[in-house]
Amino acid sequence: MSEMKKIKNLKEFSTSADRFEGANLLCPGCAHSIIVREVLNATNDDLVLASSTGCLEVCTAVYPYTSWDASWIHIGFENSSTAVAGAEAMYNALKTKGRLKQPDRTPKFVAFGGDGSSYDIGFQWISGCMERNHNMMYIVLDNEVYANTGGQRSSSTPIGASATTSPAGTISYGEQKNKKDMLGIMGAHNIPYAAQVSPNKWKDMVKKIQKGFATEGAVFINAVSPCTTEWKFDPKDTMHLADLSTDSLVFPLYEIIEGHELNITYRPKNIVPVEEYLAAQGRFKHLFKDQYKHVISEWQTRVDENWEYLQRREAARV
Amino acid sequence: MAKQGWDEFEIGSLLRSFDGKIDKCPAHTPQRDRSYSENNSHVASVADWRLIKPVYNKDYCIDCQFCWVYCPDVSIISRDKKMIGIDMDHCKGCGICVEVCPTNPKSLLMFPEQADEETELASWPTKDEEEE
Repeated sequence: MSEMKKIKNLKEFSTSADRFEGANLLCPGCAHSIIVREVLNATNDDLVLASSTGCLEVCTAVYPYTSWDASWIHIGFENSSTAVAGAEAMYNALKTKGRLKQPDRTPKFVAFGGDGSSYDIGFQWISGCMERNHNMMYIVLDNEVYANTGGQRSSSTPIGASATTSPAGTISYGEQKNKKDMLGIMGAHNIPYAAQVSPNKWKDMVKKIQKGFATEGAVFINAVSPCTTEWKFDPKDTMHLADLSTDSLVFPLYEIIEGHELNITYRPKNIVPVEEYLAAQGRFKHLFKDQYKHVISEWQTRVDENWEYLQRREAARV
Repeated sequence: MAKQGWDEFEIGSLLRSFDGKIDKCPAHTPQRDRSYSENNSHVASVADWRLIKPVYNKDYCIDCQFCWVYCPDVSIISRDKKMIGIDMDHCKGCGICVEVCPTNPKSLLMFPEQADEETELASWPTKDEEEE
């Protein structure tokens, strides 16, 4: 095993040599690349990466350019998880046969996917990888919408969000179904490590990613990725939105170890009302009409109940 | 590579990030020492996307590196734990660096693309007491 990279503070972190390059074609202010940089800079080891179809894939590999300074596989919508699992299986086979040219190098296997390719299309593939417990990490860049294809709803889109296939209007307040609890589902696979991260809490994120890299077995990470185009806010406010999402507990930061040991890793000092989080985004604008105001209070109740549930689960160790 | 048409790209072919032999992991090589190939997006520029540009005022900077970690376009140049400038070829002008800058007055501010850097630095705003 190689040594874990020591990152005590941000100054130390800033000496990292980025392996993700600029002049990719992601929107200005996109959180995807912030997350990818924080993940890639958390280790100095070799990387075997794959991306499912989505913003990250199409924007970082526009012919004739690549933005990745590491082995990276461009693969279909559903199977970045299995592509990386296959690479990991091959690595293990070559290692057993003694055919690795540089056996002292220990690559890390990471697959990226958007919420569309993870919550919907690639769900059974990810579930398979987690069940087989490959030594890999799967990271969801969760922007709650199919942003690459024009903002259609995914099963990660929360209630009340106006997406192009669930538009808000006079008879509908937008998306009717609540978001899938992906982390809960993945935790129920009893995998060694599952966690929710946010790019604004870089230290928490790097800690969890390093913990994931040090874990033998499958790791699932759900990363909040505020989308300036589809959430409809100003590009400069990306980190503000990430702050609001963690401080309003819409995206609580926690980890699940071996499916039963739940730890809450961030408790906001001042909990922000959900209303503030919703008001910052154009996709929830219609909820502030009198007709749909009940959705906001229902939302607040749901977030409170979920926070209560997480705390009880943390205490009970189940 | 550039002579090929858009449909002459074979399935399973590789886009090489670097020229020459890479025998160690790029994480151990700082960006300035790498020999980028013509297929690396680092050699391209998105400067024409920008409508507003960040201007960096060294006098107020405390080298906290918040702008470095939150820059989506790897455009904050940091060396030896010090912020030394902005990579204007890759900056898309999103303005996140200005928002996360904790100093008062801010050491990064956005100006229109055509603004003159020297003039703006000379008329930099002073400490704002009411902001906090």
